[in-house]
Amino acid sequence: MKIIVLLKRVPDTEAKILINQEGTGIRKDGVKFVINTYDEYGIEEGLKLKEKLGGDSKVTVFCLGPEESTEVIRTALAMGADDAVHICDPALESPAPFTTSAVLAKAIKDEGFDIIFCGKQGIDDDTAQVQGGIAEALGIPQVNIASSFELSEDGSRALIGRRIEGGNEKIESALPVIVTCDKGINEPRYASLPGIMKAKKKEIRTRTLADLGFDEMPAAGRSKILKWLPLPKGGECRMVEAEEVSDAVKELARLLREEAKII
Amino acid sequence: MAKDVLVFGELRGGKVKKVIKELIAAGKIITDGNGGSIDAVLIGSGAEKEAEKIKSLGLRKIAVIDEEILANYSTEGYAGALAGMIKEEGFGYILLGATAMGRDLGPRTAAKADGVMFSDCVELRFEEGKLIARRPVYSGKLSIEIAAEGDYPVFVTIRPNNISPAETGGDSTEIVSRPSGVTQEMIRAIAKEIVPLAGGRPDVSEADVIISGGRAMKDAANFKILEDLADLFGGAVGASRAAVDARFAEQPLQVGQTGKVVNPKLYIACGISGAIQHLAGMRTSKVIVAINKDPNAPIFEKAHYGIVGDLFEIVPILTEEIKKLLN
Repeated sequence: MKIIVLLKRVPDTEAKILINQEGTGIRKDGVKFVINTYDEYGIEEGLKLKEKLGGDSKVTVFCLGPEESTEVIRTALAMGADDAVHICDPALESPAPFTTSAVLAKAIKDEGFDIIFCGKQGIDDDTAQVQGGIAEALGIPQVNIASSFELSEDGSRALIGRRIEGGNEKIESALPVIVTCDKGINEPRYASLPGIMKAKKKEIRTRTLADLGFDEMPAAGRSKILKWLPLPKGGECRMVEAEEVSDAVKELARLLREEAKII
Repeated sequence: MAKDVLVFGELRGGKVKKVIKELIAAGKIITDGNGGSIDAVLIGSGAEKEAEKIKSLGLRKIAVIDEEILANYSTEGYAGALAGMIKEEGFGYILLGATAMGRDLGPRTAAKADGVMFSDCVELRFEEGKLIARRPVYSGKLSIEIAAEGDYPVFVTIRPNNISPAETGGDSTEIVSRPSGVTQEMIRAIAKEIVPLAGGRPDVSEADVIISGGRAMKDAANFKILEDLADLFGGAVGASRAAVDARFAEQPLQVGQTGKVVNPKLYIACGISGAIQHLAGMRTSKVIVAINKDPNAPIFEKAHYGIVGDLFEIVPILTEEIKKLLN
């Protein structure tokens, strides 16, 4: 089975995110970049499936991003992925989500695929759009926010649990399908030392837009970021104090009712 | 460029979600600035009955699509029906709630209808012939303003509780039934069943009141005191990443960058220090109360009201006090 996993290089969740001086994006100096948290679940799910199927199943990583993305691709290879395709082109510095979809879909189609795993969203721009665009471009079903995944006994269909407000949906899908993973679907493994050594020898194929047969940016210029805005400063916190805890709590309850008018 | 606005009315369990009134209000921002009319579409079982509930909100037309194969949600079925309607009737703007369904359906439909899409928006305005949307990025650590370039239908998902709902008024809107053109072969991923979450409390992403616990809860069983407080409001219980990672709480309860972004009227953080990724997920709550032993905890910088002390002492008293006020 040809298993595809998608990954994106993003700032670490603990990073403080600030706007750059030109106001055109974020400051990247001093920011640690990692594999998109949710994509780690996708990689793990792909590796688990490969281990279960055995034989000539193969996990190929696809990453669209700047040159520095090689580092996170190597991490995925060290976790156990077999090889990788890195789409890297100066024209793709900050692509609109559907541009990313069109480029990735073309690269995946060229490679051939049976199933695609990725995270439910990038923790940087939070659009959760790329997967829908890929699914549409490839003409395959999509199942988002997966909290569990298995193949049916005969291996012809995917059985996927999906979290929705207030419940869990159980979905049965034909293959191929793109499955986007949520936290909790698995515990991503750490790269082992032998894994890291092996990863150095694994192949990363670099592709430009021209390599993929695009004469120009697909679906270029559909949306434009006009402005980056910092968050408004939070108000002053009113500390509620009293000699006795019970009096302080009583005062808090009163403030919530009379001042905040929330109760 | 097409001016008309289409609002998607999400049905869950046969009921239209209340976010529809916020979507209609958002639609009015567009038509006030740009002209055009607002239509709504309801897809699924019970659509016609639910359409009655939005009849007097100033809509031009309400389309209902109630067919056997679209009785329950499927991405492909609903995206097919919606994209078909958009292409035939030529809408310029399509608004959906940023719910689990909207976030699944929006991008797929936008891709199908050759549109451009803005996810999870919190504010819209119409300026110089352009729709400008504000949306948080980096889980709310920053936000951006974004606009479309070129003549594409613009899809927007709008985060609930950010835009004041449309008010009742105006003439009764005509309800028309519409064929979808969707066939069984088009739907390859099908929901077989929905298992409701235990506890019967609302999801954190939809609750008006959230009582959240952090690592200081010490044990899963201790969440009972938060549940007691939440239940007074019909609210939800939330948790920090630390509490989820320590297995005190289930993952769906997690609030923050790798959990859910929430926007309730009242958020009470109990024993949560306020890691940057947690603050990112709850900072837009209308009123934030922090209860923490450490007076220097970062959560107090984002809170409106704070109490320094032991949550195990404070929370039960607070529950009693609020019970008195509510009675």
